[in-house]
Amino acid sequence: MTAASEGRKFTMTTLKQLTAAAGFVLAALCISPVLAAGDTHEAKDVDFSFEGPFGNFDRGELQRGFQVFIEVCGQCHSMNYLNYRNLAEEGGPEFPEDQVKAIAAEFMVMDGPDAEGEMFERPAKPSDFFVAPFPNVEAARASNGGAYPPDLSLLAKARAGYHGTWNQFINGAGGAEFIYSVLTGYEEEAPDDGEDHGALAYNPYFPGSWIAMPQPLFEDMVEYADGTTASVEQMSRDVSAFLMWAAEPKLEARKRIGFQVIIYLIVLSGLLYFVKRKIWANVDH
Amino acid sequence: MAGHSNFETNNPLIKWVETRLPIFGLMQSQAMDFPTPKNLNYWWTFGGILTFCLAVQIVVGIVLAMHYTPHVDMAFGSVEHIMRNVNYGWMLRYIHATGGSMFFIAVYIHMFRGMYYGSYKEPRELLWILGVVILLVMMATAFLGYVLPWGQMSFWGAKVITSLFSAVPLVGEDLVVWLWGGFSVDNPTLNRFYSLHYLLPFVLVGVVFLHIWALHVTGNNNPTGISVKSEQDTISFHPYYTMKDAFAMALFVLVFAFFVFYKPNYLGHPINYQEADPLVTPEHIVPEWYFLPFYAILRSIPHKLLGVIAMFASIFVLVILPWLDTSRVRSARYRPIFKQFFWLLVIDCVILGFVGANPPEGTWLLVGQIGTAYYFLHFLVIIPLLGLIETPKPRPTSISQAVLDANKGKGGGADAVPSAQAAE
Amino acid sequence: MAVSDTAEPTRRDFLFIATGAVGAVGAAAVAWPLVSQMNPDASVRALASIEVDVSALAEGQSITIKWRGNPVFIRYRTAAEIEEARSVSIDDLPDRLARNANVSESADASDINRTATGREEIIVMMGVCTHLGCVPLGEQGEFGGWYCPCHGSHYDTAGRIRKGPAPENLPVPAFEFVGDNIIKIG
Repeated sequence: MTAASEGRKFTMTTLKQLTAAAGFVLAALCISPVLAAGDTHEAKDVDFSFEGPFGNFDRGELQRGFQVFIEVCGQCHSMNYLNYRNLAEEGGPEFPEDQVKAIAAEFMVMDGPDAEGEMFERPAKPSDFFVAPFPNVEAARASNGGAYPPDLSLLAKARAGYHGTWNQFINGAGGAEFIYSVLTGYEEEAPDDGEDHGALAYNPYFPGSWIAMPQPLFEDMVEYADGTTASVEQMSRDVSAFLMWAAEPKLEARKRIGFQVIIYLIVLSGLLYFVKRKIWANVDH
Repeated sequence: MAGHSNFETNNPLIKWVETRLPIFGLMQSQAMDFPTPKNLNYWWTFGGILTFCLAVQIVVGIVLAMHYTPHVDMAFGSVEHIMRNVNYGWMLRYIHATGGSMFFIAVYIHMFRGMYYGSYKEPRELLWILGVVILLVMMATAFLGYVLPWGQMSFWGAKVITSLFSAVPLVGEDLVVWLWGGFSVDNPTLNRFYSLHYLLPFVLVGVVFLHIWALHVTGNNNPTGISVKSEQDTISFHPYYTMKDAFAMALFVLVFAFFVFYKPNYLGHPINYQEADPLVTPEHIVPEWYFLPFYAILRSIPHKLLGVIAMFASIFVLVILPWLDTSRVRSARYRPIFKQFFWLLVIDCVILGFVGANPPEGTWLLVGQIGTAYYFLHFLVIIPLLGLIETPKPRPTSISQAVLDANKGKGGGADAVPSAQAAE
Repeated sequence: MAVSDTAEPTRRDFLFIATGAVGAVGAAAVAWPLVSQMNPDASVRALASIEVDVSALAEGQSITIKWRGNPVFIRYRTAAEIEEARSVSIDDLPDRLARNANVSESADASDINRTATGREEIIVMMGVCTHLGCVPLGEQGEFGGWYCPCHGSHYDTAGRIRKGPAPENLPVPAFEFVGDNIIKIG
């Protein structure tokens, strides 16, 4: 064996080790959470019905969640991208049409101008957007100690309860879990960090652990029409599911069509594989 | 152009057109009979897949433009309108958003394939450079498109990236104001981004046409890197490669569909579902995954102008790659040391991707700097040196010979038709 | 290439045909969302019905309201106008069908079939000329009804075409009185 070839062998071995080491770093990166979560807890794992490739919403849960939203959350938070008619649509809470009309009619919307050029108020119709509790952001701030209660239409998609490339791939971003965790995560005893947090509440599931919203849900705060016991956990779970639907109203259609598409593509790929093999059968390649 | 037309027809109408505009003959010679090396593997199917991606993005994009409103007060709402009210709007938007990612996955595989098999080397330098131009236009298109939904990340991504131009000496500040059409990213910015996002894909079509034209002049490279020597080395593009590409494309669409229907938001950022707020910056501003390695290079250099230069240089270095590579051998198959360094580069790029997703502090900054240094080291030092010091493995005399050897190696090939002599 | 020597389809042909057929089905399925997205979306469909208060409308007055993006004429006709509309023989009409979404499709174009039973003084119809879509002008033309200035179509006091290029009577949309003076259109 010549010195030259031995030298090359050495380079090759070193290189292989180097590649392996780099690959190992890579694997470690994949597993570790990408974003440093700080001292904030990862969201609690909730077993929602809409998880997984075939999971759909639970109508009862969405209807109860809507009740919690209207009676509690909706006092401060807007829901700008939902229309009342959505409540009757397929894949949602699926309230009957006349019930949706009655729900809408409980809210007054500004309409006009009429023949005299005056704006007037009228009861909302199913085609109207959800009526917001405050006319604008400034009014919302002024009534909530300077903190703006965010719009809830997309919150379940705009927040992540889970972090890390791999974790999110398997479990999703955990938006609904995040909401559930924050709603159930208030703690009376805050750790003393030597800082004055003013009117903020301690909640280790909220980024930074201090939240402007005081604990919103307490036992038996709402009286469920279907007789379900209104524990804090139950209400939180219901409203989290409702907010997931509000953010992704086409989830059920998406999974249903997706399944058909995947099956179709598997069949087509199989057929094309055999076509390709047949065509190439006589070619030396 | 390789392959001349032997198009024949008895249809008088087609004949009439053909004598005035020989388009059928062109299609026959370039898309059907085009002689293609018979040993292309599945990594070669990504060219077709990329054409497919571009077509999907254009068709779905035109459809989305029928419902989208490029105004700061309505852009975010109009995207929600698409998601909630437009018939199949949610599907179309998810296809377009996921399609961007799929396009980049395919283009990166296509590029690394070119690097592995030396497809950029003489005589395909211009083909490769046109490819780099396509990458640049794609990046611009993707960046502009990401701004349109007018979420928090859209807005702040636009602000950060356009602010890069303020690093230009002397005219930087004026340049940024010109780009914005104001003193911040605002309605004029959104409007022009929309206009350009609609325009650039058609520029892409033009450059892709040139790219394919250049390919049809030189012909395909192949896994051996050995030039086509005789007709025994090639087969017609149709039906062999049309069907092979179709099969690969079906598998690709399967992955595509999985993301569209089951993980539509995985490749995006949750915070972009919050409408843009020019007064509040999100905690972490992170570009889409396909920009992360470049973003990491930008941030690894703690100097505004130099960081920007390094980022653009990381792409420009690809333009001069055909001349940096001194090796006489194209394919990594016969370059044992280069093969190792190739995989190191792949891993380096992925590591840079992870660095780009994390704040540039502590270990991340250090890893980013090492990764950046290695990236340039690979192209500027290792590649030129390797060609001089590496001893390539013996190569077969022709593509046919390589195929024959490979089949012999498998031990099978009993029913394989022996393919003529090894052409010299 | 897929060329067979025999007339009988071979197994190889069958595979190619099956694959082509499955591919064609897929292409058609993909085309549907692209076509469907141009149809009226959910928010447009949701606004498909409106209610109009006509209590302020006096005899001889008209209002024009917008429904589904088109003008709708609502006119409180005078006794003379109703009389005139009723005196016309169906045989003299270019279009002998009522064109009223609230009655049978084959109903004739008598004045009674153009209005709601019991409220014959109120006529509700689309203000869109059946020729090429212009908005006719009220209380004009040779028959005292409506006149379309674009291409000279004359409608009578029941909105029926009498003269000019328009082929059909002005259509009456689906509507009903939900109160004494509230009309729900759509």
